[in-house]
Amino acid sequence: MAHDHDHPHNKPLSEVELRVKALESVLTEKKLIDPDAIDLIVENYETKIGPRNGAKVVAKAWTDPEFKKRLLENATDAIKELGYSGVQGEDMLVVENTNSIHNMVVCTLCSCYPWPTLGLPPVWYKAAPYRAKVVKDPRGVLDDFGVSIPEDTEIRVWDSNAELRYLVLPKRPDGTDGMSEEDLMDLVTRDSMIGTGLAASR
Amino acid sequence: MNGVHDLGGMDGLGPVIAEQNEPVFHDEWEKRMMGMFVSCFAGGHYNVDEFRHAIERMDPAHYLETSYYEHWLTSLETLLTEKGVVTQAELDERKKHIAMEES
Repeated sequence: MAHDHDHPHNKPLSEVELRVKALESVLTEKKLIDPDAIDLIVENYETKIGPRNGAKVVAKAWTDPEFKKRLLENATDAIKELGYSGVQGEDMLVVENTNSIHNMVVCTLCSCYPWPTLGLPPVWYKAAPYRAKVVKDPRGVLDDFGVSIPEDTEIRVWDSNAELRYLVLPKRPDGTDGMSEEDLMDLVTRDSMIGTGLAASR
Repeated sequence: MNGVHDLGGMDGLGPVIAEQNEPVFHDEWEKRMMGMFVSCFAGGHYNVDEFRHAIERMDPAHYLETSYYEHWLTSLETLLTEKGVVTQAELDERKKHIAMEES
């Protein structure tokens, strides 16, 4: 098994590393897990299941009004049309940013996040400061991200849970009228779909 | 249930600091942890609510001091020992063995 010796032997394993190795070893011995399957799961989340999927959803919504309508009415089914569904994305709601509303998504209790469209969440999304602050001081959080939203824009913060995950449909940047869906995807950042960022300008 | 995990609105935790070009995993053990979570979930050993609840049962100071995947590790160990899938003695024994082999 290749992952048995993938670290240099110059520093002792930490307590956490030892606990993880012990657990994997015992569970493997009991045939409850398969290390090769774990390699595959990891590879999927490193290479296939990430924010490019969400960007595809957003770019399609920007260019296909019928799809956008379906997306806002029944996000789960519309996203499934593009092949993104499954664990931690069973039920989805898409919230649209407009000139008067800016949406932000959090999971105050833990780390709920739409895996099929955004992949695994970044550390800051799961860490205490974001979860504590965004529901009380969303503009302060936007400041932390260097993002400014006009004063008269209403900010809505959505607290995710195990039953429902949110994806923000960011505003399509100005001056992108002639762009293809493919090119538009490059403007859709992960943070713009969480609400801590905006879509990039071209 | 009230608990330290219920962080919404809590003051004084500092600014949100986002890492630029953050990798999906920061360490090899995080990858193994993620894979074990999915595998054991698929194996029917718990549902996500149980898994989260076991995180919420962590000692509050331990919860705030430890990283996300360490929460997962603690939860997985808690659930699998409580359900009798593995014993703490087995885990401790294996840890000792691995530490000896590595040194």
